[in-house]
Amino acid sequence: MAKFQISRRKFLTAAGLGASGIVLSGCDAFDDQLGMGDGLRNFLEGANGLTYRAQRLLADRDTLAPEFTEADIRQPMRPNGITAPDDDTYKGLLTNNFADWRLEVSGLVEKPLSLTREQLTAMPSRTQITRHDCVEGWSCIAKWTGTPLSLVLDQAVVKPQARYVMFHCLDTIDRNLSGDIKYYGSIDLIDARHPQTILAYGLNGKPLPVENGAPLRVRVERQLGYKMPKYIQRIELVDSFTNFGGGRGGYWEDNGYDWYGGI
Amino acid sequence: MRQKGPGMDAIASIDESEEAQAGRSGKGPLVYRQNRWTRLTHWIWALALFFLLLSGLQIFNARPQLYIGKESGFGYNNTILRIGAEDTDRGPRGFTEVLGYRFDTTGVLGWSGPPGNERARAFPSWATVPSYYDLGTARVIHFFFAWTLSATLLIWLLAGLFNGHIRRDLAPRSADIRNLPRDVADHVRLRFHHTGRYNTLQKLAYGGVLFGLLPLMILTGLAMSPSMNAVLPFLNEVLGGRQTARTIHFTVMVLLVLFFLVHMVMILAAGPINELRSIITGWYRTDPPGGGTDATGRSA
Repeated sequence: MAKFQISRRKFLTAAGLGASGIVLSGCDAFDDQLGMGDGLRNFLEGANGLTYRAQRLLADRDTLAPEFTEADIRQPMRPNGITAPDDDTYKGLLTNNFADWRLEVSGLVEKPLSLTREQLTAMPSRTQITRHDCVEGWSCIAKWTGTPLSLVLDQAVVKPQARYVMFHCLDTIDRNLSGDIKYYGSIDLIDARHPQTILAYGLNGKPLPVENGAPLRVRVERQLGYKMPKYIQRIELVDSFTNFGGGRGGYWEDNGYDWYGGI
Repeated sequence: MRQKGPGMDAIASIDESEEAQAGRSGKGPLVYRQNRWTRLTHWIWALALFFLLLSGLQIFNARPQLYIGKESGFGYNNTILRIGAEDTDRGPRGFTEVLGYRFDTTGVLGWSGPPGNERARAFPSWATVPSYYDLGTARVIHFFFAWTLSATLLIWLLAGLFNGHIRRDLAPRSADIRNLPRDVADHVRLRFHHTGRYNTLQKLAYGGVLFGLLPLMILTGLAMSPSMNAVLPFLNEVLGGRQTARTIHFTVMVLLVLFFLVHMVMILAAGPINELRSIITGWYRTDPPGGGTDATGRSA
């Protein structure tokens, strides 16, 4: 073994060189393989399907997300993303406190709906204290009140070929060459009919504020925040989302986030 | 003779011809130390942990703050670590705040980048993948290798139980415990005994990583998932809430990085070529009989 033994000084020199090598090499080596549509990226994204199926396998349709107590509400709900839509339509609706706002329910339904706030709030409601988990890593506990989405879907009578609920929003989140991009997102009918999936109009016992999505946002409690669009204007039942935006089911999905935001 | 080595129970089996040859050249015999499962899983873990670390630091950069409890304090303070940037008289500076103590970490944490092109960034470009800010891509990479790591750990566990590796090589015996003080002293002096067996500190380090840190990493990772919270609500209750779970996840990362650094130091100090050969081919050169070991004739 003596052949392989090294002196302490040599060893420390080698260790230092090794460490600096790691530092200097940098981690941009993989950058040009990780963009949307690149080979390596597509390969790694294959695991998203496995993650999705594992979550669906482990969680029953109606397994509830943990709910908390009033004592756990220690701060106002943190707003995120767009917090004051600059869109004329939205600002117009806000001026008279959403009296002219309607929730349109369209697409693959037998009876398209156009609901006022009063009609929505007159329906049975659900109130839940839940933890909002942002994809960025932070969490915030708040009390949400709203109409179960399943009741609205029942009223509209979903056609059998419908697979997803698409939320179309009033706020412009981005711009590209073809113009403004409004926030949009989708969930499947399992999550849409989950007992905790509500169209929320109330937050911590008060009407939903603008920064948190007034007049209406959806709560999907077993997924991350980006799956819960705010400023909802229209709900569309679809059998596929490939013809919307970038074809991946939502604004953030088009920008590389997984469609199922359960982890 | 080597073809007889890679059997299930082959650890520390001696290659006869090598032994004869070693006797002439003053070397100890070659022993078959690492079976194929150990070697294969070792390298898959190395790859997976490399990408998990770099993508994890990228994910952390999206919210470079750690909290204790169920949620993140915005209206109150439950932050225990924060990395950020601020404007000062001397220009923008990066800082790291741990348990209320603030350190200037400009150039590495908080504010870093090529000269003239520095920017606010918790962990620097060279420590993240992709090198630019991209949370969505980092998540794709992280979950891919989280599956890789977990599946490999399961395979290793089954193989290790089946072929006796865990019981024979990793489980500490009473002799290991008695040897602990001397083993610590030997490591501190970088004095190594090359036998076919793991020494006490090796058993504790490898066992601690494989049965402690890695399972805890997987559990705290699952505890951050809103869908898994519905399936396993008790997980967060045991761990102290989602944000505490996130803090533990980060802390275990730091411990794994420390393990890696010590691991590298030990390999360099104990003879990198021999150590590398044993984790690539399985064969390990031991000390010559009576020669390289200490006066007590102890074997690791």
